[in-house]
Amino acid sequence: MGMSNVASVGIVTPQTAHFSEPLALKSGAVLPAFDLVYETYGTLNAERSNVILVCHALSGTHHVAGNYSEEDKYPGWWDNIVGSGRPLDTDKFFIIGVNNLGGCHGSTGPASIDPTTQQPWGSRFPVVTVEDWVAAQARLADKLGIQTFAAVMGGSLGGMQALQWTLSFPDRVRHALVIAAAPNLTAQNIAFNEVARQAIITDPEFHNGDFYAHSVVPRRGLRLARMLGHITYLSDDAMGEKFGRKLKHDAVKYSFDVEFEMESYLRYQGDKFAGEFDANTYLRMTRALDYYDPAAQYNGDLSAALAKAKAQFLVISFTSDWRFSPARSREIVKALLENERTVSYAELTAAHGHDAFLMPDPQYHAIVNAYMQRVAGEIV
Amino acid sequence: MNTKTSNFAQTVLERSDFAVIARWIKPKTKVLDLGCGDGALLGYLRDTLQVSGYGIENDDANVLACIKNGINVVQMNLEDGLSGFEAQSFDVVILSQTLQAVYQTERIVQEMLRVGKEVIVTFPNFGYWRHRLNILGGNMPMSKSLPHQWYNTPNVHMCTIHDFDEFCASHGIRISERLVMTNGNKISWLPNVFGSLAMYRFEPR
Repeated sequence: MGMSNVASVGIVTPQTAHFSEPLALKSGAVLPAFDLVYETYGTLNAERSNVILVCHALSGTHHVAGNYSEEDKYPGWWDNIVGSGRPLDTDKFFIIGVNNLGGCHGSTGPASIDPTTQQPWGSRFPVVTVEDWVAAQARLADKLGIQTFAAVMGGSLGGMQALQWTLSFPDRVRHALVIAAAPNLTAQNIAFNEVARQAIITDPEFHNGDFYAHSVVPRRGLRLARMLGHITYLSDDAMGEKFGRKLKHDAVKYSFDVEFEMESYLRYQGDKFAGEFDANTYLRMTRALDYYDPAAQYNGDLSAALAKAKAQFLVISFTSDWRFSPARSREIVKALLENERTVSYAELTAAHGHDAFLMPDPQYHAIVNAYMQRVAGEIV
Repeated sequence: MNTKTSNFAQTVLERSDFAVIARWIKPKTKVLDLGCGDGALLGYLRDTLQVSGYGIENDDANVLACIKNGINVVQMNLEDGLSGFEAQSFDVVILSQTLQAVYQTERIVQEMLRVGKEVIVTFPNFGYWRHRLNILGGNMPMSKSLPHQWYNTPNVHMCTIHDFDEFCASHGIRISERLVMTNGNKISWLPNVFGSLAMYRFEPR
């Protein structure tokens, strides 16, 4: 890719799609109607065959790339990979980012108003699953007249959605990029999620999920949940390199205030998150992670579960990612190999832990870029 | 690990063993190439025999080259074994000019026999006369098949055809076919002296 024409997508504007047909969820609950907020980058071709769906992870949103204004300092969460001359090249592809159902950035979620009660859904908002998100995303694709995606991709929980797309709609996905993901969560991962949920649920201001009526937010719980999450997204080495034992002040104060830079970082991240994320959404996103297990209905046989996938796959993991370790990605690769699917697997040497999937590592981006060139070459 | 990094088409031209390997493989079979480099052999087998091919490669640049070339590649270290692969899950497992660059030779050959219904191994013959002359002249061998200097070679376990025959015999490996070549020509007379490239086919276990 030429350095000269590499560019951000610039100023973007989200859109909202309303769906008035009820959506039956995996839990058995039915959402009578819902909205999905989404963004698009690049130009849809006449055949509608150049579409990439980018699925977001736990705290991600539809705002994948670009900025909302000239003054907006923070671009979308995966801006480094989307744009003219970037791996997800907006000169070739039409890229869609969508906020998942149950989210808190515009799509229908626990903080949305339930039309039947005219109150926020709160605790009554159903538990949503990866399968439900994919079903809702398919509704959006239908509405936009997109029959088949050139590629569906995502990292972490987003990678699980990309995988699920190939199972829920095998004929609608040509390529799946499953990055820093796993075929299900380990017990340790579920344990981390449970601690995060308990932090929220036991916060006195959670009010069993109906805190909106009390005009409060369970900030302490959200803050702790996010601090814990951040520890697990980074590697020991990355933390050591970034913070080490650096002190906030010249000398220790023998107190429980912020003494170390590490503490300062965690508190900052926790506070920031608590000010902008919905506690009920956090509970549901982590639950969707816990529940996801496509092999469960095949007695744990992932090969059998993936037999229906027809897509071609690129699977990527990062060596220092201990939350979604390379071994978990290799399970996906093994199951695809056993089904003789077209699959490539890159295990990238990276220091950043789980967060590496968001970083612009040269080898990582070169791999995605090379793969996407092939995807682009197949577009008619 | 393999260090073939040359341009894809160039590699096909340079590798006289590819055509022989292709003759030993049935069309539309499932093939695993260990240390697949830039994927040139798999590309050749895909184009000529429509095989369902997968490569194993550990080097970042080679993995990237495979993806550029549209070759299925799995990034992993051969030295870790093939524990992710089921027994007899491939029709053919190939170790093409990589044997001499692996540390755990015995383990990898056993793993190939476990995973593959058939196994093909090719390696540069250290007993080739030019190599013998090099040593007589007081230097480590260098040739078309051994292009590296002693100080930068990826090769750690060089062997002669005679050595490898003994290895197979002592490890209970039955050789179903052996072909020795130099510059693309078959060598029948004194292969351990006149052959630069040895190619073996093992009988299934």
